[in-house]
This record gives sequence, C-alpha cells and structure tokens, in this order.
Amino acid sequence: MRLINLTPGKGGRLLLGALPFVVLALAYLVGSALRLADNPGDKLLPSLGAMGRMIEVMAFTPDKRTGAYLLWTDTAASLFRLWSGLAIATVIALVIGLLNGVLPVMRALLAPFVAFLSMVPPLALLPVLFIVLGLGEVSKIALIVIGVAPILTRDLALTAAALPREQIVKAETLSASSWLIAWRVVLPQVMPRLIDSLRLQLGPAFLFLIAAEAISAEGGLGYRIFLVRRYLSMDIIFPYVVWITVLAVAMDLALRLLRRRLYPWAEPEGRA
Amino acid sequence: MTALTIQNLWKEYGPQVVLESVSLTIAPRAFVALVGPSGCGKTTFLRMLLGQEQPTRGTIVMDGAPLPREPGPDRGVVYQRYSVFPHLTALQNVMIGPEMRAARLAGRLWGKARKGLADDAATLLHEVGLAGAEDKFPAQLSGGMQQRLALAQTLMMRPKLLLLDEPFGALDPGIRAEIHALMRRLWHEHPMTVVMVTHDMREAFALATRVIAFDRPRQRPEERERYGATITNDIALWPPRVAGRQTIYDADIPAGDEDLSRFAIQPGPPRPDQGALR
Repeated sequence: MRLINLTPGKGGRLLLGALPFVVLALAYLVGSALRLADNPGDKLLPSLGAMGRMIEVMAFTPDKRTGAYLLWTDTAASLFRLWSGLAIATVIALVIGLLNGVLPVMRALLAPFVAFLSMVPPLALLPVLFIVLGLGEVSKIALIVIGVAPILTRDLALTAAALPREQIVKAETLSASSWLIAWRVVLPQVMPRLIDSLRLQLGPAFLFLIAAEAISAEGGLGYRIFLVRRYLSMDIIFPYVVWITVLAVAMDLALRLLRRRLYPWAEPEGRA
Repeated sequence: MTALTIQNLWKEYGPQVVLESVSLTIAPRAFVALVGPSGCGKTTFLRMLLGQEQPTRGTIVMDGAPLPREPGPDRGVVYQRYSVFPHLTALQNVMIGPEMRAARLAGRLWGKARKGLADDAATLLHEVGLAGAEDKFPAQLSGGMQQRLALAQTLMMRPKLLLLDEPFGALDPGIRAEIHALMRRLWHEHPMTVVMVTHDMREAFALATRVIAFDRPRQRPEERERYGATITNDIALWPPRVAGRQTIYDADIPAGDEDLSRFAIQPGPPRPDQGALR
C-alpha cells in the first residue's frame, strides 16, 4: 500500500501526535542528566526537580519584598497589556477594514496608507513610543496595536472585498442601504476570518509584548525572563516559556471554539 | 404591471463594442427569455436592466420613468450562484429583505413584527417546496433547493421585474424540470414581468412567452472587436402563453401541481440475459 493512502486511526493519531512531545522531554532529561553528572552546579539544563522548586517559589510562595505571588502578578500584568492591545487592534481593524472593504471611495483614500503603515517595522518604533508615551502601560499596549492592527485591517479589507459582487447587488435589490450592506451582509461574513486572523496574530502580539517588557517594565512575564537572565536562572526561564506557550495555545483554542460556536455556517465542511 | 421600453441601447467597454442598437419593448407580465452564444452580451444586457451597469448610449424606460442608476427593490434578481447569503438560515434569508426595508438602522425586527414576518416567510418557503428546511444554512441545501430559496428571497420583496441570470443552468435535468414547473407557477401567481438569460433553448421555450436571440451579425476576427451583438431573432410563442391564465401549455399540468412523476417513462420488460452475448 502506498504511504499516501495510509491513514492513522483515532488512537494512532493521538499516539503520533504525542510522540514529538515525548521525544523532546526525553532529550531534555537525558541532556540534563548528562550535564549534571559532569558538573552538579550546571545551570544551563536544570533538572526537573530544580525547576519544580523554582515553580513552587514563583507561583506559590509570597515574594519576600512585596508579598506578591510573582508568577500570577506577572501573568496578570502581561495579559492585561496583551488583551488591551489585541482588543484595540480588533476595533481599529473592524472599523477601518470594513470601510476599506465596502466603500470604493474609502478604499481609494485609505488602502495605500494602510498598506504603507503595515510595512513599518513596529519594533523600530519602540524607542519613539517610550519617549512620546512614557515608560508606563500605554507605550507597551501601543506597540502591540501598531504591530497587529495594520495586518488585521488589511486582511479584513481583503476578505470583505473578496465577497462575490453578486451578494452586494442582491442586497441592494433587497432594499439594503450602504450601512445595512456593511452591517447585515459583510460584517457577519468577515467575522470568522477576523477570528482566524486574530489567532494568527497571537504569536506576533506576544513577541511585541515581551520585547516591550524586556526593555522597561516593573512586572510581566517578559520582564521576569529578562530579569533572571542575569543570574542564568534557566530553572525560572524554562517554566516561564512553557507557561507563555500554554497561555497562547489556550487563547488560540478559545478563539477556535468561539468561532465554531458563533459562526457554525463557516466551518470548513459546511456542517452546522 | 411593468412594461419596459429599451431604445437604441449600446454598451461599449473602451474600444470593444458589446451590444449595439438594441431596441425592444417588453409587455407587462411578459416572460422573456434571452438566448445566444456565450459572450454575446446577454448577461451585460441583464445587468443594465438591473442597474448594475449603465448603457453607453440609449435609454431604458420602466413604467414611463427612466430606470434608476443603481439596483433597487423594484427589480429582483436570481443568479446561477451566490444568490443567497451563506451566513443566514433559509428562513433568515427570506426575511432579510423586508427586515432591512422596515428597520433602516438595525436591519432587524423584534417582537410582533418579527413574528408576523416569520410566518409570511415560512408560508413562502412552503410554497416553493422548502417546508422543513427553515433552519438550514444554504451550504446544507442541494443546488436546486438553494435556487428555490433564492426565488423565495426575491419574491418576498414583490418585485415588479424579476431578472434571472442562468438560474437553473447548474442543475441536473430532473431537478431542472421540477423547478421549471415551480417557476411557471410563480410567474402565473405573482404579478411580475420576468426576463431570463439562458443558454438552454429548451428551457427558453418551456417557460417564456417570447424568446429573443442575441448574436453578432459580423463574425470575422477583425470585426468582432468593433461590432457588437444585437437582436437577431424575436419569437413570440404561438399559441401565446398568458400569465395567470390556463393555456394549451398548462392543459396537462393543473396549476399548483409540480409532481412530474406521472410523466416518467415506465420501466420496460427485463432484458434478455446479457451474458449469452459475450
């Protein structure tokens, strides 16, 4: 039988999916054990026990100086910045993207400008943001917005403009105004794509967040990683990286479920 | 009762002449079928009736007034594809027109008004043979059912002029015969004039009161660009088919009956054993 016709069953899929994770964990354990056997003071690949102790310290022991549980305060600070940035970017994308995608006049006015803006490397603007908006929350949220909004906007405008012309004409014969076409015909049909687009932008959003926190912050997941980097504390950095990844995966999953719940007609097989 | 008068209509795209000197008067309640080879401008002509495109020269007059320059609720349309909204259920698809006409800001109705409209919509869905499919999305409906839905959606607006752009071209022959029967009935029962573009001659003569053929009189390659298509044949059916009245064509199909199984060919006697021939 050809390889192309070989389809794993449910159990087989689960097993195959788990395999890379197991391999990675094993490789780490072996590497860590070998290095620690050579040099018990090695900091590069700490043992699981060492990481467990640091997780205990960061997540479940109050900080000696502030009395806060650092992992949770860091997570809260970072998620506040990330979600504020994504929310503002989504609103901007909805307004400008829809205007752009629905009205040819607005497209002529805005599309070249948005295309230009989306090419500005956001990280290059970071110093400007810190100088103009200060070192507080605003500049970090602004960086996420600047990084994510143009791409969301362009994607939304493209999706809106790609709707068949027949649908727009059809809506006109059903007495729709320009506003009603945007509200009842275009908006509901671009929403699933907006959610997918947001999912794809989670990675870049985290990148901008951590970059901003690394340079100047008083708390946050990125701030902590770059703080303990000075002490080569891989036993804190590794759990933090895993935690950030878990957060991102959970958000991705939540958005996927939201899309399926709200827009059942947009599922690939067309099944509701 | 909508009459159309088209006078000396031309459509050009840059140097390319698509249609030239088309003059035509369409009587109220007519069912006109436009036929012709592909690329002869029949869909362009339909788009001009719809208001989606403007003629380069000439005038279109509907009921004594020049045609508005954009599509509107007095002219309904059903395309071969993309006629219904994929994000709305069948019932919502039929309700959206009146909803948008009544609520100019929200585009939705609530409470009693919504209930009344939903009842009307369900009645119409029943009429086009979609009872029971109210809560299905278009992707869950077959091609024939989607076109029935598109007809219902359009008829909710009570258009004066119904424009059909190869609406049944993508359907299987069996399904097509059923939907033809439905189309005939809808034309009889709803006070509208119909213009249908089709490439299927049989369909044209099966439905229309008048069949108009578009073609290019000049076919040489160097002429094709500068000479457009025009009306080459204009055939009124005889004996005439009249809207809302039984004629010879309907004699054997009682109004409201679209069950065509009676006309099916009965299975013949079983064949002799094929194995013996091999």
